[in-house]
Amino acid sequence: MARSADVIHVKGLRKEYGTARGTVLALDGIDFTVGEGEFVAIVGPSGCGKSTLLKILAGLLPATRGEVNLRSVPITGPRRDIGVVFQSPVLFPWRTVLDNVLLPVDVQRLGREDNRSRALGLLALVGLSGFEHRYPWELSGGMQQRVAITRGLIHNPAMLLMDEPFGALDAMTRESLNLELQRIWLECRETVVFITHSIAEAVFLADRVLIMTARPGQIVEEVAVAIPRPRSLDLLAAPEFGGIVRRIRAHFSSKGIEA
Amino acid sequence: MNGVRNASLRVLLLIASLAVWEGAVRALRVPAFILPPPSQVGAALYRGSVSGIYLQHLWITLAETLLGFLLGSVVAFVVGTAIAASPRTEYFLYPYIVMFQSMPKVALAPLVVVWFGLGLTSKVVSAALISFFPLLVNTIAGLRSADEDRVDLMRSLAASELQIFRMLRLPSALPFIMAGLEVAMVFSLVGAIVAEFVGAEAGLGMLIQSRNFSMDVAGEFAILFILAVLGLLLNAALVSVRRRVLFWDPSQKAALNSASLRGGP
Repeated sequence: MARSADVIHVKGLRKEYGTARGTVLALDGIDFTVGEGEFVAIVGPSGCGKSTLLKILAGLLPATRGEVNLRSVPITGPRRDIGVVFQSPVLFPWRTVLDNVLLPVDVQRLGREDNRSRALGLLALVGLSGFEHRYPWELSGGMQQRVAITRGLIHNPAMLLMDEPFGALDAMTRESLNLELQRIWLECRETVVFITHSIAEAVFLADRVLIMTARPGQIVEEVAVAIPRPRSLDLLAAPEFGGIVRRIRAHFSSKGIEA
Repeated sequence: MNGVRNASLRVLLLIASLAVWEGAVRALRVPAFILPPPSQVGAALYRGSVSGIYLQHLWITLAETLLGFLLGSVVAFVVGTAIAASPRTEYFLYPYIVMFQSMPKVALAPLVVVWFGLGLTSKVVSAALISFFPLLVNTIAGLRSADEDRVDLMRSLAASELQIFRMLRLPSALPFIMAGLEVAMVFSLVGAIVAEFVGAEAGLGMLIQSRNFSMDVAGEFAILFILAVLGLLLNAALVSVRRRVLFWDPSQKAALNSASLRGGP
């Protein structure tokens, strides 16, 4: 379902690690594209190399072979037009919520004054109005992760990479943040690559789910999720949702991997 | 527990121990040049305070301690940063540092006095030498303590190494650096006093020596008391700085208690 305006274009991506016992093949033959404003989830069991893939997309790791293009420019190292949300919020405890959100602005010298109102607007969007002068340690885990999402969006990146951002949260917080993320995404229509090991989370959030299997990490299938938004939590019990989830799960259970 | 009650128990314990000391010394007829009773120590403290002799020497020792602390800390921070930033620097400097660390720095004091004379300079150098280590080690450990995820975040934003240092590594190192400074302050006072013992024209250490020669043990005790108070005040000053700077550090409370109990070299 490649669209005309592809933001991300990955072709023939391969990643090998040299270890003491020889070369380990982490990723092989990864091909995919992500369109402008598309929400793509990559789902796979732990150890399938999805975090490695994200690090390559973020420019934090070099690929061994293959092409990774963002807006037609190869990703060869960290770039200013990429936003990343990690599994843990990774906030700086000595900075207030607002200053944490403005970290990319400080690093890239985009002008604090120009971006202050944008930061406050984004904080309002994620439901954190009135918390801008608090410190991260005064916030709950879910709120901290919302600050991290705001920080990922502040510099208006070409794509937002999310590496299991809700994996460390309890199930109920996770569900409410999935709803929250959908609402935020519907507002800003950012191009998102969302990595998760939860099939239900992937199907709930994404336009398209890429299924990854391990050793070596490969994308075995793409599943389009043609369910209109906004999606509610009731959807989790709907037959159409269950069908997609089952179809994805088949890839893992046939190999005896629980995902 | 009741705060007021505990506080009064504390005072009571102090009074009781002083009374036991006084009573024992008198009952056992211990000569004053071995162990003076607290009443004599108090009298010596009073006499010296009124005559202004303690204050005059206190300023000198304080200046030596603070200047030595400043010199030792600045050098330790710069060297520590260089070592933390480059494995090459570490490779070349490390053998010397290990050697220097295992040597009792106090033993250098006579040499320092020969090189820098009887005045202020030798005391400052001695204090700096002794206070150098705790901060060096803590600076290196602190600058390397930055959370890997945070480093990844900074890198993903295309931050320069200098930005990563300034915005992440340095603030992350602050809890270590503050703990190192607290130890360095105590060590610095030790370094100044030891150098005064070796050879000095003024200072509380010199005064202890001269009281000792004239068998004025009560006077010695009075100066020891002043030194203890001085050490406490210097530590308290750093603790209040730490509280202000590290308001965000969850380990702050635990670290505070252990740091103030660490002794001298």
